[in-house]
Amino acid sequence: MSQELQRADPTPVVAKPPGKLRTFLDSDIVHSWKNQPVVIVATLVTLIMFAAALFAPWIAPQNPFDPRQLELIDAFTPPLTTSDFTGNFYLLGSDSQGRDVFSAILYGSRISLLVGFAAVIFALALGTALGLMAGFRGGWRDALIMRIADVQLTFPSILMALLIFGVIRGFLPRSMHAEVAIIVLIIAIGLSDWVQYARAVRGATMVEKNKEYVQAARVIGLPARKLLFQHILPNVMRPVLVIGTIGLALAIIAEATLSFLGVGMPATQPSLGTLIRVGQDYMFSGEWWILLFPGVALLMLALSVNLLGDWLRDILNPKLR
Amino acid sequence: MCADTAIKQQPSPASGDILLEARDLARHFDVSKPWLNRVLERSEKLSLKAVDGVSFSIRRGETVALVGESGCGKSTVARLVVGLYGLTRGSLVFDGEDISDLSQRTGRQAASLRKRFQMIFQDPYASLNPLWRVGTIIGEPLRFFRPEMSSTDRRRRVGELLEQVGMSPMDALRYPHEFSGGQRQRISIARALSNEPEFMICDEPTSALDVSVQAQILNLMRDLQDEYGLTYLFISHDMAVVKHMSDRIAVMYLGRIAEISPSDQLFANPHHPYSKMLLAAVPSLEGVGKERTMIQGEVPNPVHPPSGCAFHPRCPHANARCKAEVPLLIARDDGSEVACHAVEEGRIE
Amino acid sequence: MTSSTPSSDKKGAATHAGPGEQSGQSPSHKLDDATFQQKPVLSVRHMRVEFPTRHGTLVALDDVSFDIAPGEVLGVVGESGAGKSMTGNAVIQLLEPPGRIAEGEVYLSGKRIDDLAEEDFVPLRGRHIGMIFQDPLTSLNPLFSIGDQLIETIRTHLPMNEKQAREEALKLLREVGIPAAEERLNSYPHQFSGGMRQRVVIALALAARPEFIIADEPTTALDVSVQAQILALLKRLCADHGTAVMLVTHDMGVIAETADRVAVMYAGRLIEIGPVEEVIRSPQHPYTKGLMASIPGIVKRLDRLYQIEGSMPRLAAIPLGCPFNPRCPHAQDRCRTERPDLMPAGAGQAACWLHDPVDPLPRLDENDTQEHAHVR
Repeated sequence: MSQELQRADPTPVVAKPPGKLRTFLDSDIVHSWKNQPVVIVATLVTLIMFAAALFAPWIAPQNPFDPRQLELIDAFTPPLTTSDFTGNFYLLGSDSQGRDVFSAILYGSRISLLVGFAAVIFALALGTALGLMAGFRGGWRDALIMRIADVQLTFPSILMALLIFGVIRGFLPRSMHAEVAIIVLIIAIGLSDWVQYARAVRGATMVEKNKEYVQAARVIGLPARKLLFQHILPNVMRPVLVIGTIGLALAIIAEATLSFLGVGMPATQPSLGTLIRVGQDYMFSGEWWILLFPGVALLMLALSVNLLGDWLRDILNPKLR
Repeated sequence: MCADTAIKQQPSPASGDILLEARDLARHFDVSKPWLNRVLERSEKLSLKAVDGVSFSIRRGETVALVGESGCGKSTVARLVVGLYGLTRGSLVFDGEDISDLSQRTGRQAASLRKRFQMIFQDPYASLNPLWRVGTIIGEPLRFFRPEMSSTDRRRRVGELLEQVGMSPMDALRYPHEFSGGQRQRISIARALSNEPEFMICDEPTSALDVSVQAQILNLMRDLQDEYGLTYLFISHDMAVVKHMSDRIAVMYLGRIAEISPSDQLFANPHHPYSKMLLAAVPSLEGVGKERTMIQGEVPNPVHPPSGCAFHPRCPHANARCKAEVPLLIARDDGSEVACHAVEEGRIE
Repeated sequence: MTSSTPSSDKKGAATHAGPGEQSGQSPSHKLDDATFQQKPVLSVRHMRVEFPTRHGTLVALDDVSFDIAPGEVLGVVGESGAGKSMTGNAVIQLLEPPGRIAEGEVYLSGKRIDDLAEEDFVPLRGRHIGMIFQDPLTSLNPLFSIGDQLIETIRTHLPMNEKQAREEALKLLREVGIPAAEERLNSYPHQFSGGMRQRVVIALALAARPEFIIADEPTTALDVSVQAQILALLKRLCADHGTAVMLVTHDMGVIAETADRVAVMYAGRLIEIGPVEEVIRSPQHPYTKGLMASIPGIVKRLDRLYQIEGSMPRLAAIPLGCPFNPRCPHAQDRCRTERPDLMPAGAGQAACWLHDPVDPLPRLDENDTQEHAHVR
């Protein structure tokens, strides 16, 4: 019955196709978005935090990565206080170096988001490429890729990232560690996370390649390259992008975890995780703001991105609708 | 072993030249468990003989139908003919050219051959790329086979094709999900026609459609055949549709042809016991309230087909020879070919 | 026998009848042969099903009325989107949300059931209403042997101990033609072929001896040869037990050989109902006529099939007046403005102004599908 209704239902057959914007505003996605206050809030929080991170140099009162801008004398200024010595206003207080916590959070979330996005894109590209190959070609390639994936899945991904991080650093001279930390982090998190993309893409590819529109293209003799990139890839991307959204939150947390453990970003270029690690030293000595505000920022960022991802997954998954 | 005999049994074409000749086609699928499971569970390799020794020929301008129940291999034959699957055994000759290796031939060098045939699929909801506009879908074969064509010309041609299948040129701008099943099947047909093929393979083109829409599509296919002199290989499980569309019909059972006859001949006087049962089982509006003749049993699992004649467990005329020996297609005077020991021996008509 | 509406005083009593009372009453009901024969088992009156959406309310079924007598098979046919499956789902309260019955009544053995709450309705399914669906695997639990499933169903609904229920299950399996029933009792659903599974589903549906069975496309997933076996079985068993059957299918052939009467649906409305032979041989509604003529036959071969131009309207765009008027060769002004109800036509009823008993419209296109219809 539901099938009948669905088949009978979609889009007018007589009326002229409405404009793109109107179609979009009238779509189920927008409608569902409008009806869920939590999702609206999550979207706003995400957008604000992305914008704040992106425009940090213009918003932040100081550049926390530039030692010359730090006033050591303003160390441990509480939140909402104007310094007696320099006259600087510290919205969220300052830390032991006199670094403005608000500025540090803005610059820190910039690094967290950069690492998160780059790691997801890396994992997504790698996972999609391997998943496509496994699903489309099958045979020993499929067996090899999926067995590696299975083995990797038996380790927690954070352990995997730690391992990869350590191995890559072992090959690099010590002097380069601080400079390339961000790239090593991206590779480590990306490598630890490609499996779920590969699995999703492989499954979707095996379904799509047997669909009749792909067979119709094979009948005219389209080479495999065109089959893959014109037909199959665009049609398997939807689940991948949903995983990517949820994966972004996970990558941000993974980065924070690594930095918190002291193997990620150095204290001179702190990400949110580094700030939390630094801040926890002062948790019981009265300077609570150094830990609390970076922690809240990380929580809000990860939570809102995750909520958005969950909502996207629900709305785009035909099985749940 | 049945290859040679089967070829000898082919009747020489009375009229028209042969467009497609299929000799002893076979396709086996590996359905065994993964290697590790086989080793651990000590199970044998299993192969599914989806098609096992099918021979037929199609004359230019003719419609030949393959009919049978699920698992008889009719769709596999269609996919072998267009090269979606490679042949395990046998040969295919298309207009004098051996195309047995068709499945290996892709890209430009195969274009001159592949543009001569096209395929229409069963599921109108899966046969169109959901992300493409209708115009792009119909234009795909043109872009591939005639890259020299300008995009303006191509758009004009797509518009003509849409009109030809009873739709509006404006529909080129829409997406597949905006259309009903019948309209989508028209779009599939327009795409198949775009490279002006001679030979069309139709795999259950109306099985997913409602009867009134089926009538529209079948009429359209007949009109197109008259207009372009198309040759059809028509696959269906529906005896009435097959009778309406085809000149000759091959009845398949478990990967082999049981009987191949001119359409009227098959319906008037079927020879093979399976053909008889299949015809008797068709629910018919002509005989309302009439009890159908019951066929006993069901189609066996094709992974473990019965020995000898695969139909013998369900056949009322089976004897020891039927259990042991695979019957071959043997031509009869009335233009039919039948693979049945009982018919050959004259035990049944 | 078909058009008797339950009288209003019965309605009042039925509305308040609880499910407990019903299971107590039904067996005695069956014994009471004289009254039983006259009353329809299922009676649907002016049923309207709506789907509220944010673009407005879709009317999926509008003013659907029919009766099914004991032992009778009513075929409900229509093309996809016509509302045939929805009619069945509305009767057994399995409409997908947000669908709901907005108007009308449904009576089972004289008791009103459409206003029962879900928890009062659940005991009816299985005990009084048997259900057979297209895919037998949806009705069978893959984790239990079919014997366990049958015995559990029997014991849930009938007062029997384990041993009696086992005997009954065996009897049922033999009745639906499962060879070596004793051994097969311990088999699991995946060990059966498609046709055998559907036999088990029929056994399950019949287990509690319900007075009404709803079969939604029961043979669509099966091959023709098996289809014939299953339909014959269903028909024979229901005739033996006096069970009323609502057979929902898109296949006219299935209707032709199984149903006693047929109801034809179009765009959520019932447009023709009558004895199956009459509807097939001389359809009264122009849509039914076109539909019959568009089906290829196996006896006579035509050069062209009759085709109804256009397609069925979507629920959101059902035309004013008769829903078929834009495709009808006889459509006139009245058809475009005024909606026809079912009126006596031939041996049954049709919703078409051509059959208005007071002022029938003239036929515009005399040779429309006549020749095709005669060929059938």
